[in-house]
Amino acid sequence: MAAPLLEIQGLKTFFFTRKGVVKAVDGVDLSLNEGETLGLVGESGCGKTVTALSIMRLISEPIGRITEGSINFEGKDLVAATESEMRKIRGNRISMIFQEPMTSLNPVLKVGDQISEAIQLHQDVSKKEAWDRSIEMLRLVGIPSPESRVNEYPHQMSGGMRQRVMIGMALSCHPKLMIADEPTTALDVTIQAQILDLINRLKERVGSAILLITHNLGVVAEVAQYVGVMYAGYIVEYADVITLFKEPRHPYTVGLFQSIPKKKGSAKRERLQAIPGLVPDLLELPKGCKFQDRCSRVFQRCREEAPLLLKLNGSHQVRCWLYE
Amino acid sequence: MARFISRRLFHLIFILIGVSILVFLMLRLIPGDPAHLLVGELASPQDIARIREKLGLDSSYVYQYFIYASNLLKGDMGTSIRSNVPVSQEIFVRFLATVELSIAAMLISSLIGILAGVISSVRQYSIFDYFSMMMALVGISMPIFWLGLMLMYLFSVKWGILPMMGRFTMGLDYHVISGLVMLDSLLSGDIQLFFNSVKHLILPAFTLATIPMAIIARMTRSSMLEVMSKDYIRTARAKGLSRGTVIFRHALKNAFLPIITVIGLNFGLLLGGAVLTETIFSWPGLGRYVVDSLSARDYPAVQGCILFFAVIMVIVNLTVDIFYLYLDPRLRIDGKG
Ligand SMILES: Nc1ncnc2c1ncn2[C@@H]1O[C@H](COP(=O)(O)OP(=O)(O)O)[C@@H](O)[C@H]1O
Ligand code: SF4
Ligand SMILES: [Mg+2]
Repeated sequence: MAAPLLEIQGLKTFFFTRKGVVKAVDGVDLSLNEGETLGLVGESGCGKTVTALSIMRLISEPIGRITEGSINFEGKDLVAATESEMRKIRGNRISMIFQEPMTSLNPVLKVGDQISEAIQLHQDVSKKEAWDRSIEMLRLVGIPSPESRVNEYPHQMSGGMRQRVMIGMALSCHPKLMIADEPTTALDVTIQAQILDLINRLKERVGSAILLITHNLGVVAEVAQYVGVMYAGYIVEYADVITLFKEPRHPYTVGLFQSIPKKKGSAKRERLQAIPGLVPDLLELPKGCKFQDRCSRVFQRCREEAPLLLKLNGSHQVRCWLYE
Repeated sequence: MARFISRRLFHLIFILIGVSILVFLMLRLIPGDPAHLLVGELASPQDIARIREKLGLDSSYVYQYFIYASNLLKGDMGTSIRSNVPVSQEIFVRFLATVELSIAAMLISSLIGILAGVISSVRQYSIFDYFSMMMALVGISMPIFWLGLMLMYLFSVKWGILPMMGRFTMGLDYHVISGLVMLDSLLSGDIQLFFNSVKHLILPAFTLATIPMAIIARMTRSSMLEVMSKDYIRTARAKGLSRGTVIFRHALKNAFLPIITVIGLNFGLLLGGAVLTETIFSWPGLGRYVVDSLSARDYPAVQGCILFFAVIMVIVNLTVDIFYLYLDPRLRIDGKG
């Protein structure tokens, strides 16, 4: 098999705050092949966004820093890339859409200008061509009468429309990888389905791989081929989507599935919750397994030694001493 | 847009009525009598009474105001008690000198202030940031009189690089076209006069620019800091835009609203004349004129000046609001601007 498009190994991103070191990402290993979709799941605050921003190298320095690990993308280690190399990658080879469509677009620039700006930056086209391509992108993401809406400002659009604009912008340079950070969380339920559907269809068309970040297992089931489950900064389980749904191994993943009501159709809307206990304070992590305080199967070793990511069958990996 | 402007100008009428009554009353309620000051210590009570009558100061306030207001409506701001020249003429000539100085001061303070503020914000807590914000603090608290004299001492007296006073060297030929010396010298192709007037402008303009510059720098810094943490700035960076594009295209335009307010306010204040700076550098502007008129209790002149300031302030505010509309599409009612 060819080398994966994106391969993250042992990634650690810390924030050196006044209160102490926040280990926001503390051991993330992921890999993603061309054209595939990888879901990254986990409770709020477990480090999903920081992982994504680390890939983009948009962590707010100097308080935030990638301290360890590598991010291989198209044969290049992004952790070691210079800022000017990253600028050629951002918005071009890797693009990103964010959780907050209401605030992610610049309020004083026309949406057309915001899209064509990226096109002009990365492709050798004239202003006029870039503008026309922006209209095309708006049409592609399903915005009615794009010729006139291209002239509008963000405040003239609804949240769903704005997220469509973001998607259009992200795909405008045909990136190899699109990172979608909870693209539907802030939207109405009906709009959520439309946006997911749109991402799925366009991905086929543009041929981009997608890193889909969500805290919603239903979303993962619908669009992803592979899933990484994150807990308190590290990956606790990684598998293809069928394996993960059929045979979840990590007690945390098992808990996630149990917390979803079994009724058909309602799963889509269910958010992760209902595992007793609290996420550990990232400033004061326990020795050993980070999940120990909430784990029903915890035993002596879990409190002494941090579990390693263990290989099961095929690509299935789990970070738990039960499977040693 | 036209409706917006005409509504503002309509408001101006009420502002002018209010201001004119207020100034009219205040002038007459403060102690001091123009007739007295005009004829001097030795005048007899009869002389004074005669002059008061001639100036129309012997009738009731209501009647006096009525006469004043009806003249105003005819476009007549009255005649200066001291010089017997129409007030409008006197104001206009001095206003041009003030305009020249104010524009120069605002250009200096805006350019340097915005640049320093932007750099401070993108290099927060750097040495530059600490240094420029300390300078801003010094600038705000610096006594203008002292600063002006120091600059004059250093540049004019000690090093002799720049002239001490006036708008241009006496004796140079000046053909008045607009009344703005720099503009006129360019229009008539008089390069010597142009550079001469620029040199004369530098010290007073810098003196006058200090405080606005400091205020603008601080406002730019805080506004930029707020904007730089916004989600859309992260989006702009995620597109691969250069730092410069992110700062100047995406951030500064958003950060500009509070900055433009400060610039407008300060410009308006400067256009009212700068008493201290004008006094130090013998600049024949409005500020000194008002003060001199006031100490002579030259009622028509003071009334004229204050009304004039009111108009200026309204126009400056209107301009700021139009800038707002241009900068922030969310404020445009029809959305398309
Ligand atoms: N700039 C920052 N400074 C300090 N801590 C941060 C910063 N950004 C994120 N964090 C911390 O990192 C952790 C992970 O955040 P995030 O990746 O946003 O979680 P999520 O999985 O919800 O996207 C959180 O505890 C958050 O407080
Ligand atoms: S290592 Fe131990 S505490 Fe951690 S998940 Fe596995 S069983 Fe639970
Ligand atoms: Mg997040």
